[in-house]
Amino acid sequence: MRGFVARRLLGLVPLLFGISVVIFALIHTAPGGPTAVYALGPDFTREQQAAIERSLGLDRPLAVRYLAWVGGMLRGSWGHSYKDGRDVRDVVLERVPATLTLMGTAYAVSLAVAIPVGVFTATRPRSPARYVVNVLTLLGISVPTFWTGLLAIMCFSVWLGLMPSGGMYTIGAPFSLLDRLRHLALPALVLAAVNLAMWARYVHSSLIEVLQEDYIRTARAKGLGERVVVFRHALRNTLLVVVTLLGLSLPGLFSGALVTEAIFSWSGNGRLIIESLLGRNYPVLIADFMILAALAVLGNLAADIAYAFVDPRIRFEARG
Amino acid sequence: MPSSIPASASRREARPAGPEAPGPIAGAYSRSWRDFRRNPLAKFGAATIVVLLCVAVFAPWLAPRDPEAIDYFRGLAPPGRTAWLGTDPLGRDTLSRLIFATRVSLVVGLGVASLSVLIGAALGAVAGWSGGWVDSVISRLMDVLWSIPMLPLVMVIGAFIKITPPLLVLLLGGISWVGVARLVRAQALSLREQEFIAAARSIGLPGSRIVIRHILPNTTAPMVVAGTLSVASAILVESALSFLGFGVDPSTPTWGNMLQNAQNYLVRAPWLSIFPGAMIALTVASFNFVGDGLREAFDPRLKGR
Repeated sequence: MRGFVARRLLGLVPLLFGISVVIFALIHTAPGGPTAVYALGPDFTREQQAAIERSLGLDRPLAVRYLAWVGGMLRGSWGHSYKDGRDVRDVVLERVPATLTLMGTAYAVSLAVAIPVGVFTATRPRSPARYVVNVLTLLGISVPTFWTGLLAIMCFSVWLGLMPSGGMYTIGAPFSLLDRLRHLALPALVLAAVNLAMWARYVHSSLIEVLQEDYIRTARAKGLGERVVVFRHALRNTLLVVVTLLGLSLPGLFSGALVTEAIFSWSGNGRLIIESLLGRNYPVLIADFMILAALAVLGNLAADIAYAFVDPRIRFEARG
Repeated sequence: MPSSIPASASRREARPAGPEAPGPIAGAYSRSWRDFRRNPLAKFGAATIVVLLCVAVFAPWLAPRDPEAIDYFRGLAPPGRTAWLGTDPLGRDTLSRLIFATRVSLVVGLGVASLSVLIGAALGAVAGWSGGWVDSVISRLMDVLWSIPMLPLVMVIGAFIKITPPLLVLLLGGISWVGVARLVRAQALSLREQEFIAAARSIGLPGSRIVIRHILPNTTAPMVVAGTLSVASAILVESALSFLGFGVDPSTPTWGNMLQNAQNYLVRAPWLSIFPGAMIALTVASFNFVGDGLREAFDPRLKGR
């Protein structure tokens, strides 16, 4: 088991390296660049532009820039924000708790609803309830997050006046848990809606598959009640598949989190990407991107390890 | 995007499928077609898609007014007799803009799906068939692309270059083929071990011919399903990009662009937010309905469950 984890951790190194090459090359070869905005000024000369680029190290060849950046990242000096000169590491890492809170809450809510719903429909094939849930979950994965977000704001903040329309807390007010939760509720539920529909479908289809296995027939044959068969025997194996799928779908879910953060002015890493993109703040942009990718990859790895922990076949297959 | 994750991304199906792997038995497709037609959701989706395609093709004739015509004196008019679905702050007709925006969404959705099926089928089949270092290289590339959140990646490009629908098709197609490729690769891996492939090899067929004539046709069903579902997810990504301001140029009416402008008028003009979002949801849902119906039709084991 320890060998498996070590191998998978080692496998992350080339993966993160590959991701960093793609992102770095993409951002640094894009036209425009951080000095483009100055070029709009009538008094701005080519020499001044060149001087700024030299001071930011942008005049060096791409490969040199990349190596310097990787070296810095590994040594813990992530560079300075173009915007205010702050240490990039602080700028990026201070946003992580907000993103994790939002995504964690959304995950917990989705799973808490998706598993019972999936179990309910899988144990009642060909029932009207199954049909209704199928339609609802298909609709759920089709409705764009940003539209649900706008509708939620329109409904709960504008018309009913029940909820704040954005931000993470009331500015100027002393810390209060209730206030935080009120701000968290709408974005978390909006983000949860998509995942919920998708995962309910996963749970449903994998439980259906598991319920056809021989050992389930054995369990039924020896006279176990349906409740025990479903919850003690089938659901456990179903959750294994679901765990893997949760890991695999993580990068996609970051995209949803980004949109949600944008709508609800939630100061997480997704919103930081938008801010640093608009400001052409390369060091922050790249570091934030890497943080998102690393979170996604680590989440994926955690799912893999969880899977291998309970299913020895995976451990041995991966060795070959 | 989330909905593009195929069911077979799970480990269970990555193993050889065994003797019951579905193949093109004579009559199998006609039975699937019959199942598909009996599925009300799929029928609804297919009908809606046909209507939307007509709307996109005949947009200039269907739109009551010029989508770009500005009329400052009738800005933010609520839905009524002159403008059925109201007007935006510049007095442009919402209905006409919605009709023209159908074009962008469908072009991007269908284009991305075709491109990603094309790339995914080619690379997936090559990886699964050749194995060895070729498989390793392609698989690592897939891992990298899969691990980068797609939306921010395209946003980066959209922030620097003026995005047009064809460019967006290239970008999204160039990234989102991974789902199809994994599917095809897994199928190719399991088919490679079967007798009919051994037979094809024994009579001396070259590898390229075996892949094209024997492997790929056997992956049609999952590819069609994945392709349909990826139309849906491409439309979602396109509109999310436009909504965030990094998508198709804001002067072009797209549903996402319309929603972005609508954000500031949630109170005064809620219709600006409601209609474009409803169009996105309807379109995406239609493709998902069809995709789900196709999957059930191709895999009789799933029927009615």
